Amino acid sequence: MKRIYLDHSATTPVRSEVAEVICEHLTEKFGNPSSVHSFGREARESLEKAREQVAAMINAKPEEIIFTSGGTEADNMAILGSTEKYLGQGKHIITSAIEHHAVLHPCEHLQQKGFKLTILPVDEHGIVNVDDLKKALTPDTVLISIMHANNEVGSIQPIEEIGAIAREKGILFHTDAVQSLGKIPVDVQKLPVDLLAGSAHKLYGPKGVGFLYVRKGAKLSPRIFGGGQEKKRRSGTENIAGIVGLGKAMELAAQELSTEMPRLAELRDRLLTGLMDKIPHVKLNGHPTLRLPNNVNLSFQFVEGESLLLSLDMKGIAASSGSACTSGSLDPSHVLLAMGMAHEVAHGSVRMTLGSVNTAEDIEYVLEVFPPIVERLRSMSPLYNREGKAM
Amino acid sequence: MYSAKVMDHFTNPRNVGEIENPSGVGEVGNAACGDIMKLTLQIEDNVIKDVKFKTFGCGAAIATSSMVTEMVKGKTIKEALDITNKAVAEALDGLPPIKMHCSNLAASALHAAIKDWQAKKIAEA
Repeated sequence: MKRIYLDHSATTPVRSEVAEVICEHLTEKFGNPSSVHSFGREARESLEKAREQVAAMINAKPEEIIFTSGGTEADNMAILGSTEKYLGQGKHIITSAIEHHAVLHPCEHLQQKGFKLTILPVDEHGIVNVDDLKKALTPDTVLISIMHANNEVGSIQPIEEIGAIAREKGILFHTDAVQSLGKIPVDVQKLPVDLLAGSAHKLYGPKGVGFLYVRKGAKLSPRIFGGGQEKKRRSGTENIAGIVGLGKAMELAAQELSTEMPRLAELRDRLLTGLMDKIPHVKLNGHPTLRLPNNVNLSFQFVEGESLLLSLDMKGIAASSGSACTSGSLDPSHVLLAMGMAHEVAHGSVRMTLGSVNTAEDIEYVLEVFPPIVERLRSMSPLYNREGKAM
Repeated sequence: MYSAKVMDHFTNPRNVGEIENPSGVGEVGNAACGDIMKLTLQIEDNVIKDVKFKTFGCGAAIATSSMVTEMVKGKTIKEALDITNKAVAEALDGLPPIKMHCSNLAASALHAAIKDWQAKKIAEA
């Protein structure tokens, strides 16, 4: 059966050029970068080359990159490490309601430890209001953490403005760029961020490796102690194979960004408008224009997301949903609820995230298969006839 | 994550629809939690002659609804009242643990429909 992968915001396949360098560093250049012998020196060279590749993609200096075990560790490191370092300067942190749990949960952990936490709301399109941020600032604010682009609805946040405010007030600013890297330009010379988290497996690199950008001058207390690797900021023998995979993936993503971005946006718009034209009672979730070029998130009223995902899967289409029934919890997505969506509409949400493997043919197949699935589920839904009105 | 039986009932649900002028109607769940089941019964001489369902919900919600309609058709009221949510899940070769709580409401919908029929009978008498 034809299989179409539309879940690139969950993870991506490792591209062959990346797999090649990973394999080389598992079998041949396997040395420990801390060793003095030629094996170690060889691995050290690869490590530093990868650091340069990562730095180049975001226009940073190599020494500003710390390798981590992924986006989650990078976010935790940024939030927990900076607040510990700057503890004497204040105990108030600001974040948003639509952050990934890798940001929200460390912030809540700090709250339990006595920090004051402000969670900014978002508008109906899933965007933070800069005025809300200004009002939330106090002399005690030490850290602002707002994501670059949201993982569920793809909304792009005004982090340039937020960063400018943070800089003016001398407050540290962290952004989770896990979803934006490789999809839209990320340039730390243009974005006034002090800390920025990224992950390899969202841009055709391997799982289990990521990085934190730390602007020169910004200080972090380490979270992992040991052999003093990464300039004592993150101990542990470097995951050399993963790190060179990250470096290669970042290099290729940077090279292809200017062609891939408009290609994905075109496919996205065809998928979005096609589904909305063919199926009644569909709502676009997220911002109509300020959204990632690969993100489609729609709510299909009167049907539930997991039923849709199961039906799509039977046709070979892989997508995801903000419905509670797919998360293992009883509540639908915190992102959709923060956007003011009713529970029942959030339950009917489906996210399709496009990637390099998707073609115009794939989109046409989805547009052909999708409407009868919704029609079938609606014909079984007790909500459909009763309130068959437009949203 | 789902058994083959669940997938069968999800893909080919039995007895979908609504009976016109039903003897009893049962509706349980709510849209906020993601599952609503509506069961309609036709009862003659204390026997369930026909049953249909409509469900808004996940795969488990649809499969349990379909399964309960199969289990109850032709049964007496007394037999129908003995069917539990747990028995419905077992008939489907089990459900994932998280679904046992939130999406396993089909027997509750059945019992609600029988209660509705009983209340109507009392009102008529």
